[in-house]
Amino acid sequence: MTRINRAHVLIAAVAVALCVPAAGVSSGHGLPTTIGKGEGSLNLIEWAAYSDPSFAKPFERQTGCKIHRKDAGSSNEMVALMRSGGGGGGGQYDLVSASGDASLRLIYGGDVQPVNVKLIPSWKDFLPNFRSPAHNTVKGVHYGVSVQWGPNTLIYNTKKVKPAPTSWGAIYSSKYKGKITVPNNPIQIADAALYLMKTKPSLGIKDPYELTKPQLDAAVKLLKQQKGLLKRYWNSATDEIADFKNGDVVIGAGWPYQTLQLQAAKAPISETIPKESTTGWADTWMLAKRAPHPNCAYLWMKYVTQPSVEAKQALVFGETPVNPKACSFMNKAQKGSCADYHLNEPASYSKTIFFWKTPIAQCGWQKSSDCMDYNAWQQAWTQITG
Amino acid sequence: MAVDVTAVAAGPRTRRARLRLSLKATGLLTPPVAAFLLVYVGALVVLFVSSLWTVDSFTGKLVHHWTLSNFRQIFDTGQPYLRIAGRTMGIAAAVTLTDAVLAFPLGYFMARIAGGRARAVLFVMVLLPLWASYLVRIYAWRTILAHDGAINWTLGGLGLPDQNIAYTNWAMWIVFSYVWLPFMVLPVYAALERIPDSYIEASADMGARGLRTLRSVILPLALPGVIAGSIFTFSLTLGDFITPLLVGGPSSSFIGNVVYSFIGINANIPFAAAFAVIPVLIMGVYLTIARRLGAFEAL
Repeated sequence: MTRINRAHVLIAAVAVALCVPAAGVSSGHGLPTTIGKGEGSLNLIEWAAYSDPSFAKPFERQTGCKIHRKDAGSSNEMVALMRSGGGGGGGQYDLVSASGDASLRLIYGGDVQPVNVKLIPSWKDFLPNFRSPAHNTVKGVHYGVSVQWGPNTLIYNTKKVKPAPTSWGAIYSSKYKGKITVPNNPIQIADAALYLMKTKPSLGIKDPYELTKPQLDAAVKLLKQQKGLLKRYWNSATDEIADFKNGDVVIGAGWPYQTLQLQAAKAPISETIPKESTTGWADTWMLAKRAPHPNCAYLWMKYVTQPSVEAKQALVFGETPVNPKACSFMNKAQKGSCADYHLNEPASYSKTIFFWKTPIAQCGWQKSSDCMDYNAWQQAWTQITG
Repeated sequence: MAVDVTAVAAGPRTRRARLRLSLKATGLLTPPVAAFLLVYVGALVVLFVSSLWTVDSFTGKLVHHWTLSNFRQIFDTGQPYLRIAGRTMGIAAAVTLTDAVLAFPLGYFMARIAGGRARAVLFVMVLLPLWASYLVRIYAWRTILAHDGAINWTLGGLGLPDQNIAYTNWAMWIVFSYVWLPFMVLPVYAALERIPDSYIEASADMGARGLRTLRSVILPLALPGVIAGSIFTFSLTLGDFITPLLVGGPSSSFIGNVVYSFIGINANIPFAAAFAVIPVLIMGVYLTIARRLGAFEAL
C-alpha cells in the first residue's frame, strides 16, 4: 500500500513540476484587451511610499481593490520576494516596483509577464524614452509600465568647491581629497565606466552597463584609485545629507532628493549634471507572472501613471514622473517643483541619461555573451571597498 | 559522584525518589535542550551545509552541488576576503585590549577601594549606557567626531588644528571600545572582588610591595575575569556590521558587511554562509584558549 501511495505522490509531484512552467509559458501569450472588474484585492512589492495612502486611498475607494503592501529594502529583496513560493510572485504578489538594476533579472528569470500598454491611457503621454526602455522592454515586449525616475547628480558645496564643477573628473581627482563621497552600491561601477567611456575612448566602452572583462577591470582600477580620495561611501540618503551638512564632505554623487533637502535646510549646496552626462534610475511597475489579481493590477498601473497621481508620488518620494503632463500638478502642489525635478527639460534631457539596468552576460552592443554579469560586478565592488 | 554511591546504597524508596527527581529534571530540561539543538545548533548546521553550495548567477537559484569553491575564493590572496577577515580580527583584538586596560583600574577601584555608596554610583554609571539603544550611542559618537562636532569645536576654541577622525578605522576603534566596555568591566570586577583580603595581607606580610602584589597575586587571580570579558568584547566586535557602516571610512568593511552585501545585493547566500563560517571558527579557537586559561570559572 505504502509503495503504491508513494508512487502516486511521486507521479503527482512530477506532473505538477512539469505543469508549472508549461502554464507559465501559455499565459505569456495573448495579452488582455480589456480590463475586467477588480478582484477586490491588490498585493504589491514596493519601495516604501510607492503606494502612499495620500493617493492609494482614493484608488481603493474607486476600484474596490484593497491594497496589501510588502515594502522592500533593496532591489535584491524585491527579486527574492518575487522568486519566493515557486517564482512569478508565488501566486501571491501582483505587482513589483522594480528598479532598472532588478527588472531584467525578473524578466530573464521568468518572474514577470508581458503587459498590454494599450490599456494604460497615459502611456502614450510618457517621455519618449520611458515608453519602451531597455530595462523593462525586451524585443518589443513590455513587462510593465515605467512610473518614476531620477538622475544621479554631482552634488557640491558652493562655498568650498570653486569654480563650480563641470565634469565627473572632480570626484576622481585629488583636488578635494578626503572630502568626497559616493554611494555604496555595485551599480556605481557604471558611473566610473561612463566617465571612462568619455575620457578614454580607447577602451571602447559603448554602454556603461555592458562591460567586457578588460573594461570592467579598467573601471575597477579607477574606483580603487578613487577610494583613497574618499571620506566614505554613503549608505543612505540621510547619511549623505548629514555629511554635507556638517562639512565632512564637500562634493559627491547623489540624487536630486538630497540636494533639495540640503537646500531646504539652507545649506550652501548645488548640483549639476556634468558634461559627460550621467547615470540614473528608473522604476517600473511590473506584473507578476502568477498575479492572482491581474485586473486590479492593470487598474493600478492605469491609476498611478495619470498626471495628478504621478505629481503626488513625485513629491512624496522626491523623484521625477515619466508623464510630463504631471508638471502643472506638481507646480500647483509645490511652487517650482516641476523645474526642481527637471521635468520641464526637453525630452532630450532624459535621453542623455544612462539608466540603471542589470548587467547581464549578453552584450547588446557586440552581440555576444562575454560581458560581465551582476555577480561579477558585486564581487568587483567587494574588491574595491573591502 | 558521591551522590550515585549513596543512591545505590540506599533502599528502593530512595531510588524511586531519585527516579522521580530525574524524570522531573528531564521534563524541565527537554524544552530548552530541544530548542538549543533545533534553533541554535540546527542553524549552525544549515549555515555550514549551505556554505558548500553555489548559486547560479543567471537565474539566481541555488545549485545543490557540493563544492569548496566558496572557501577557495575566501582563502585566495588575490581576493579581498582575507584582508577583511584580518581587519575584523585586528580591530576586535585592539578593542579587547583597550577595554581590558580601561576596565582593570575601574574594576579594581569598584571592587576593593570604593565604599558601598560610591560603588553603587559607579555600577549605575557603567550600566546606564546599556539602557540606551546601541544605535543612539553610535549616532552620538558620529556627531562628536564629525567635522563640525564637539571635538573640533573644542579644538577650535583652544586654537588647535582640526582632527579628522570621523569615518576612519580609528573612529571604529573608539566607538567599539566605548560600546563594549561594560561587558569587560563586570567580569573583571567580579574576579577582583573574589580575591580574599587575606591573600593581599599575606603578600604584604612576606614583604611584597604594592606593585609586586599586583603582579604576583592580583593579576594572576584576575586573569580569568579579563579573559571572560574579552570573550564578550572580542565576539561582539567580530560579529558587528552596523558600526563599520555608520562610522567606518572607505576601507572599513567587516566580515558582517560582506555577508550582508552578498545576501542583500545579489542573493549569493552560499558565499555569505561560507564567509560567516570564518568568525565561528575564530571564536572556536578563541574559546578553546580561553578555557585553558580558566575563563569559564570566572563567568
